[in-house]
Amino acid sequence: MNLSQDQLRSMYRTMVSIRNFEETVKQAFAKGHIPGFVHLYVGEEAIATGVCSALRASDTITSTHRGHGHCIAKGCDMNSMMAEIYGKATGLCKGKGGSMHIADVGKGMLGANGIVGGGPPLACGAGLTSVVTGSGDVCACFFGDGACEQGTFHESANLAAIWNLPVIFVAENNGYAQSTPASYHCAIENIAERAASYGIPGAVVDGSDVFAVHEAAVEAVKRARAGQGPSLLECKTYRHHGHFEGDQQTYKDDLYKSVSQGKDSIRDFRALVTQHGWFTSEELDAIDGEARQAVEEALAYAESSPLPGVEEVTSDVYVSYP
Amino acid sequence: MSATTYVEAVRQGLWEEMTRDEDVFVLGEDVGVYGGAFKVTAGFLDQFGEERVLDTPLCESAIVGAAIGAALMGMRPVAEMQFADFISCAFDQITNFAAKCRYRWGAGVPLVIRGPSGGGIHGGPFHSQNPEMYFVHTPGLKVVAPSTAYDAKGLIKSAVRDEDPVLFFEHKYLYRRVKEELPSEEFLVPIGKADVKRTGGDISVVTYGAMVHNALEAAEVLAGDGVELEVVDLRTLVPLDKATVLESVKKTGKVILLHEDTRTGGFAGELAAVIAEEVFEYLDGPVMRITAPDTPIPYSPPLEEFFLPKTSDVIRVARHLAAY
Ligand SMILES: Cc1ncc(C[n+]2csc(CCOP(=O)(O)OP(=O)(O)O)c2C)c(N)n1
Ligand SMILES: [Mg+2]
Repeated sequence: MNLSQDQLRSMYRTMVSIRNFEETVKQAFAKGHIPGFVHLYVGEEAIATGVCSALRASDTITSTHRGHGHCIAKGCDMNSMMAEIYGKATGLCKGKGGSMHIADVGKGMLGANGIVGGGPPLACGAGLTSVVTGSGDVCACFFGDGACEQGTFHESANLAAIWNLPVIFVAENNGYAQSTPASYHCAIENIAERAASYGIPGAVVDGSDVFAVHEAAVEAVKRARAGQGPSLLECKTYRHHGHFEGDQQTYKDDLYKSVSQGKDSIRDFRALVTQHGWFTSEELDAIDGEARQAVEEALAYAESSPLPGVEEVTSDVYVSYP
Repeated sequence: MSATTYVEAVRQGLWEEMTRDEDVFVLGEDVGVYGGAFKVTAGFLDQFGEERVLDTPLCESAIVGAAIGAALMGMRPVAEMQFADFISCAFDQITNFAAKCRYRWGAGVPLVIRGPSGGGIHGGPFHSQNPEMYFVHTPGLKVVAPSTAYDAKGLIKSAVRDEDPVLFFEHKYLYRRVKEELPSEEFLVPIGKADVKRTGGDISVVTYGAMVHNALEAAEVLAGDGVELEVVDLRTLVPLDKATVLESVKKTGKVILLHEDTRTGGFAGELAAVIAEEVFEYLDGPVMRITAPDTPIPYSPPLEEFFLPKTSDVIRVARHLAAY
């Protein structure tokens, strides 16, 4: 593996930050502190982490309704993220969007998306811009197994292929689209097989193995930067919690539940890096502590931030309006 | 007998129609095993089987397109949009195909596209919209938006029986908040018929959907001041029951047009034009609109609260008009 200590540390920090952030959101939601819908990324941390650690700052990503992990991995500020989820004036979208709309274009985070399948076409536009300007940047497009069934995915994969765009399509296959099993909504076992129909490379990786995700992403990014076009990376993963907070999850079958419980990318990471002697448990614990503290700060920031003033309702509809 | 909620009323109406007519079937995301995101089709899979209760992948365009194709073949599909906001993903199928099959081919497509619309639950910009006007503007579609459990049940049944495509916008804020006792015998509510929910001689409030309840609340308050509102619930936007609206305006001479949808291009504009053209000489004051502002619907509670028209807005505008 070609990862420096710093990279490993940063990947670990990202994963535990996401986990902490999401568990904190879960608790806040249960207490009734969050006004709207939230979809948690717990169990899928290794995907955003593995992919985004293969990107550079000027690269972009598109996200989904389950976007907190993507945001954190792309370097969005957790204080402003939490404030957005709380609907506060200091939120990344001034409280106008909420969890499903968090964006930070300056950080290359082109938006969480409450419309499933909304991201892939945007990723083509980001990729196209890179080609036109010669920036060499790539766009990583995250989407769920459910989103793969939207026409927008097909349209975008084909467009990216014929225009040879630097886009990495990252299918996060967590086995369900809300209550609908992937085995029902998709006629083939591996979404990655669809790559063949676009004439682009497709790969399946274990989405709970951050190293496997990272390695596959590095490969796809290398191709994309070298002008060799898009790839489709399918990460098999498990959603540990409900589709949204409040979901009773009656539809999850026992096999899914038991396999899902056995998967923990953070635990596996710890085991591997301590076995190899790259980090001690104490060092990792210290990172845990820092991450926990950062999330606690984010929560305090969100809680103590003011609500937006009603003048915000009519601002930002246009750049200006007579 | 216990009161029936709005959402349960929709469920019952669909259930009865599926029991009555084997050609009726439902399709949509998570409508089968899960019973629908808002549980409108809870229990349907067990009762009617998987050939008539179809879970689909995430594919609004294909859901509506498949409904159109089946309707052409003589079936009576009811397609669910999990949130009305996602109907935009099926826009082409609805506006180019469903709306124009009869005109182009003489082939009717009796289908229903239904789903929860509207704000008030902090759903944010993509889970709170009122998309009715895209479809009101498209000839060939009928557009229904009930405000009570009784109307929801009676109208969904009529929608299923209608020979033309019907867009049926339920209001999710009302789903579990309004309820009433429903007759035990079967009833229908005709499409294209408005309902005067409260009679009054001073000012007409013409509205639909969740705002009917705000109008009624305002009427209650204003009655204390001796101002009598007449609340006209359109129930159906297309075809518009002009007669009931114009009758009311002729009687009161003053009118407030109230809707939760945004202002420019909202239904109030159309109503204002109809009123100006047909009963101008009866008017004793300006035709007033109360609507959401021309912005997306924001997430944060104080912003959403500001965005949505309120009972206090109706009271304020009614007082202004009363003094006119
Ligand atoms: C166009 C559209 N249709 C339906 C929905 C409702 N919805 C939100 S998430 C979801 C399931 C998404 O599944 P998947 O793409 O696998 O992502 P996951 O939730 O598993 O991360 C559905 C049906 C939506 N938000 N947008
Ligand atoms: Mg999924």
